[in-house]
Amino acid sequence: MTDKFISIEGIAKRYPGASGATTTIFENLWLSMARGEFACVIGHSGCGKTTVLNILAGLDAPSEGAVIVDGQAISGTSLDRAVIFQSHALLPWRTVLGNVAYAVSSKWRNWDRAKVKAHAQTFTDLVGLSGSEHKRPSELSGGMKQRVGIARALSITPKMMLMDEPFSALDALTRGTLQDEVRRICLETGQTAFMITHDVDEAIYLADKIFLMTNGPGAVLAEVVENPLPRDRGRIDLHRHPLYYALRNHIIDFLVTRSKTFTTEMSDHDPRNVPLVQIGKPGLTIAAGSDEPRQTWMPGTNPGLSA
Amino acid sequence: MTSSLRLRAGLVSIVLLAAFLGIWHLATRSTGTTTTMSPEYAKLMGLTATQGKSAMPGPLDVGAKLWEHLRRPFYDNGPNDKGLGIQLGYSIARVGLGYLLAVLVAIPLGFLIGMSPLLSKALDPFIQVLKPISPLAWMPLALYTIKDSSISAIFVIFICSIWPMLLNTVFGVASVRKEWINVARTLEVGTVRRAFTVILPAAAPTILTGMRISIGIAWLVIVAAEMLVGGTGIGYFVWNEWNNLSITNVIIAILLIGIVGMLLDQVLARFTRMVTFPE
Repeated sequence: MTDKFISIEGIAKRYPGASGATTTIFENLWLSMARGEFACVIGHSGCGKTTVLNILAGLDAPSEGAVIVDGQAISGTSLDRAVIFQSHALLPWRTVLGNVAYAVSSKWRNWDRAKVKAHAQTFTDLVGLSGSEHKRPSELSGGMKQRVGIARALSITPKMMLMDEPFSALDALTRGTLQDEVRRICLETGQTAFMITHDVDEAIYLADKIFLMTNGPGAVLAEVVENPLPRDRGRIDLHRHPLYYALRNHIIDFLVTRSKTFTTEMSDHDPRNVPLVQIGKPGLTIAAGSDEPRQTWMPGTNPGLSA
Repeated sequence: MTSSLRLRAGLVSIVLLAAFLGIWHLATRSTGTTTTMSPEYAKLMGLTATQGKSAMPGPLDVGAKLWEHLRRPFYDNGPNDKGLGIQLGYSIARVGLGYLLAVLVAIPLGFLIGMSPLLSKALDPFIQVLKPISPLAWMPLALYTIKDSSISAIFVIFICSIWPMLLNTVFGVASVRKEWINVARTLEVGTVRRAFTVILPAAAPTILTGMRISIGIAWLVIVAAEMLVGGTGIGYFVWNEWNNLSITNVIIAILLIGIVGMLLDQVLARFTRMVTFPE
């Protein structure tokens, strides 16, 4: 591997089960990300995605293994790793600006009030909440709350952002707008991002790399799928890209069938060298073959989704 | 809509009050001359025997007496004859002092117990045993050790108002949402700052509810405590007036105890509203 900004090295998470037995959520998980990369994790509920994210955030500790960020093993939480929570986790007794300012004053403890406020205001404006600074979270819509969550995470200028299904509770329109915002902000600031999602299209739109996890317990990282779409992709013509459906079908096939059978079928799976899937490139795991008709999809024809 | 509802409710309240006063008045008024006796003997026997007047004072007697008290709330004619304002002042001061001491102990202690599962488990049996003890049961012990009846009354208030506050603080602190704690953790907020900026505001409504229950209990207990320790206070006043057989003053005291209790509750209710946050 090239630049390993984040390296998860052989982590496991086990919980003590009934009568002395231990439940293994996942074990021997290896994963790495380069600086500035946007990665999405896809897998069914219970495969330990959130646990991986919590371990990365430092909110949870692995039973085995270590996580190395920027050359240093992590221990506990850090202001370098901002988390955007699924439930937005805003402090309801603080205003929008107050929530962002809380993060700002936690990072720069010797800043005076005016400086903290100005800094918080910049990031509130960045997520398009100018004019709502003095509202309480209870007065905001779900999408606006999550914007505050994003502003709070960005305001501490972290080295990486960790997102746990940040848009899953939002309606489709709001979700689309916020995905655009997050993509824009991450590209502008060169942010490294790690996102958990259930939404295949969200992963395709946002990610550079998609991590596919099998079903838990005993989940493994099955494949790393490289997103073949160009970096400057747009939401409206995403599906016109010749490799879009090949990629989408590959992920959906995985979720529907292979995530269940992967561990039994692939007995020689090496968790340290997870296959890198490069869709559309000849000679690699996914050959053109059966996916050919889908790739030559034309407007007006049904792409024939397998899901 | 709401204003009209409030208006109608107020009207019903007034009607009910008028009906109550009316029935009270009718039930206790004089029924006219019942027996004829020599004027000297009649003077000795009083209106109850001659005019058929009930020994229970009517609303007009109580009203007149209340007006008399309200005009001179702070007079002091010696140990057994003080104005109602002074008596209530003593009671409120005792409740205030005992309650304040309880706040100073219960809230920090509750924070500690709520944040530490070990302490929570270790102290639980003690709290469970101490909580159901009637505060007045402590009185002899307090009198024996403190050797001062006035301070003993304050101690009794302290001991009775500490439990609801302690338990609510523990509960409020222990049940702060995990996600808010996680926010503080990811921002590397230290324990002390976290306690003040996340746990305290999150637990404040629960803590204030405990404080509101406590002030209610403290006000209930002070009357009984003052009946025991004597000397001053509204509880002592009630018992003293019973010994004087002045039912009118007893009724007035009951009314004032109710009003002061309501005001104390309202003050705490206002504080609770101030710290409650909508979600």
